[in-house]
Amino acid sequence: MAQKNKSSEKLKELGKKIVNDIDKNKNPNLEIPIRALSNIVYNKKTKTLELGNKTANRYFFNIAHAKKFLQTVEVASILKKELLDTGKHEHLRGVFYIAKRTIPETNINLVDDQTESDKIIEDLEVITGLSREQLHVSANKMGSMVGSITLVDSGDTIDCSRLGKGGYSIPSITDELDFKKVDAKYVLYMEKAAIFERLNEDKFWRKNNCILVTSQGQTTRGIRRLLQRLAEEKDLPIYVLCDGDIYGAYIYSVVKYGSIALAHASGRLTIPSVKYVGITMDDVNKYDLKKQLIKLTDQDLARMKQVSEYDWFKDNKDWQRQFKMMKELNGKVEIQALATKGVSFISEKYLPDKIKNKEFLE
Amino acid sequence: MSNKNEPIAIELAKKQQEISISEFFTKNRHLLGFDNPNRALMMTVKEAVDNSLDACEEMRVLPEISVTLSQLSENRIKVVVEDNGPGIVKKQIPNVFAKLLYGSKFHRLKMSRGQQGIGISASVLYSQLTTGKPTKIISKIDPKKPAHYYELGINTKTNEPQIFKEDELEWKKDHGTKIELEIEAKYQKGKQSVDEYIKETAISNPHARLIYTSPDNEKTEYLRATNELPKEAKEIKPHPHGIELGILIKMLHDTTEKTVQSFLQNDFSRIGPGTAREILDDAKITTKKPNELNSQEIEELFESLQKAKVIAPPTDCLSPIGEETLEKGLRKEITADFYATTTRSPTVYRGNPFVIEVGLAYGGDLEKETSVRMMRFANRVPLLYQQGACAITEAVTDINWKAYSLQQSSNSLPIGPVLVLIHIASVWVPFTSEAKEAIAHYDEIIKEIKLALQECGRKLGIYIRKTVMAGEQKEKISLFEKYIPELANSLSSLTGEKKELIQNKLQKILKKELPTLELENGAKE
Repeated sequence: MAQKNKSSEKLKELGKKIVNDIDKNKNPNLEIPIRALSNIVYNKKTKTLELGNKTANRYFFNIAHAKKFLQTVEVASILKKELLDTGKHEHLRGVFYIAKRTIPETNINLVDDQTESDKIIEDLEVITGLSREQLHVSANKMGSMVGSITLVDSGDTIDCSRLGKGGYSIPSITDELDFKKVDAKYVLYMEKAAIFERLNEDKFWRKNNCILVTSQGQTTRGIRRLLQRLAEEKDLPIYVLCDGDIYGAYIYSVVKYGSIALAHASGRLTIPSVKYVGITMDDVNKYDLKKQLIKLTDQDLARMKQVSEYDWFKDNKDWQRQFKMMKELNGKVEIQALATKGVSFISEKYLPDKIKNKEFLE
Repeated sequence: MSNKNEPIAIELAKKQQEISISEFFTKNRHLLGFDNPNRALMMTVKEAVDNSLDACEEMRVLPEISVTLSQLSENRIKVVVEDNGPGIVKKQIPNVFAKLLYGSKFHRLKMSRGQQGIGISASVLYSQLTTGKPTKIISKIDPKKPAHYYELGINTKTNEPQIFKEDELEWKKDHGTKIELEIEAKYQKGKQSVDEYIKETAISNPHARLIYTSPDNEKTEYLRATNELPKEAKEIKPHPHGIELGILIKMLHDTTEKTVQSFLQNDFSRIGPGTAREILDDAKITTKKPNELNSQEIEELFESLQKAKVIAPPTDCLSPIGEETLEKGLRKEITADFYATTTRSPTVYRGNPFVIEVGLAYGGDLEKETSVRMMRFANRVPLLYQQGACAITEAVTDINWKAYSLQQSSNSLPIGPVLVLIHIASVWVPFTSEAKEAIAHYDEIIKEIKLALQECGRKLGIYIRKTVMAGEQKEKISLFEKYIPELANSLSSLTGEKKELIQNKLQKILKKELPTLELENGAKE
């Protein structure tokens, strides 16, 4: 059975279960795994974040739950009928608009804003065990890829070494991409599009035979899935390049271990083998970047305290050492700080040296 | 220029003529509330109506007062106020209406409305100054006697009445007084309008019947909510702690007592022979007549009076509206869902007895999203100006209304569909200024107002929590009835089951779950 039919069946089962409750004269109930830090378990063996066993009950006949219950069933029915059964995909925002309407004889909107419908779709993922992609829902595509790779996207063959400055625009759903020819030896993922442009202009990927991938800030699910598939299916090492601050560290950890919000999808998204290439506090010393440091704010320190206590950071010596150095230097550093050594210092010296010498953080 | 042989002071003295009160008024009418055509109209109506209400109460007759305003031209209004009071004896009519500061209400310690204005004669003078027209009076004191008719003005130099016309005529009333003045005035609607003054007067005087015709020719009749007259207020003698130096001087001058000792015992309340002697010892005053004290001695006496250990003044002299009557007054003029009133026990500030009364109304026609509506009263007279400067406003903003389920940002009036009415009744209401529109900030008064507000506030809080919250809960439950078809529809399209079947079953479950639903107060997921 095709995935979309499987997904459709799962949603139907969910509906049947509720109808069963109703038939038995019971208050209809949905049992939803809790998606919060309190229910996140770090599996040391697989090195991934997993969802714990804690669940919450959502009852229809409960003043506080009723609307959410209705939203859940309504969105499930939209996904099944409008998307899965017709084979179409829709953006998160589109699903919001399909669901948005006023309940007759009231002044209540079924959903008031997109964050509500987004949450409901995440709820449906954890209830059914299906990913958003498997439910045919897409998100903003916010990433690019260039390098020695040729792939097939919806029947079109794309050679990512011939796409100029912009590169291949990574779609929201990357499950169905077909890797036709991969010559690259590794993948370099960076949070900053500006660095991607620098490296692409310098033809870094050609000289070093690699693939460059970027997002804008947080790594989207599409990119994480793409990186995971390249790592698992093509056996490519994945290197992450971020700013030397607590947020860069967290972006790296999401790619490697997973995130709190998407712990239920960890299996399809995390890449335990991923390595952190830079920029580090050691680089600040080595390349004399102290003048380029930006002072830590109270917010930075608070977040650092929080992150350093997460189970998946707690015993990580490399990172605890980095945090300690950040505090001692009372500063953070951006990748762009390397430009003080020369515009192409990063592509000609910094990255080749680090990768050659395997100067990675775990 | 000046005569060399004469000292300059004598030269100057020639120019220093005695300024008559009427002239003083002419030059300083802003001090007395006649500074603009709006307020002039208000003052005129207020003086006339307050006089009428006081007079009716003194006669122990239920007041029936009509106020008719007619627009004569753009800036000119005719004011006619007619009552069923005792009337005024013939020879006093010119003095009462056409002589400034005539009458007995100044420095009289009795709870009355009249102390709040300079008197109706100020309006007569204002009329004369702005329109040149005489004021017309009809008054009748006995059914068997004819009514007297006067057309009056004031000699501004001498402050003596000018009689333009006097006559006798038949008047169908048994007794009463009618005054008719033409004044330069402007009529406006709103918070500080004659309309509002009459309405608020009807609330604080539920025993009065008021018939009001506005310049737009709109006639409103305010009916009685009670046929009981307020208890008669008693005049009391000054309390040693409430006296001011100026008043002491005037009392010493006016007294008929032969010694200071007997002056103290007989012209003050709460001073017996023992206390009188102590005061005299303390002030080192021996045997002297009251009018022989020099200024040094008067000051000593004044200070000793302040220090003297005397019990608080009698408080049975006051005549508050009363909780029940106040509620009746509110109910007849304000459409609301909830009313609470309270009358505090009398207490004292600086030797002056006073009582605070508070009424709250909630819901109904009252505006929801704005600051609460305030009504301030002093001896049953509405205070429409200077709300911001008033001790009453300070007390209201000082209260934490959030405790009573109202919204409030710090140091401001609460927000919600609420009317807050505060009445201070006293033998001597302390005002911040001569305009007499704001109560002075005495700690004792503010404390009493707050206690009264809290008393009513607690009742309001309970009401809001019970009724309003229960209503919201009900509303939420009725939501389920709206949600059920929606859920049935979604489930039907998800599973292919029949919508009607699911819907009927959900209705059944709702009935079963209803009792527990009402208990759950939005439990978290």
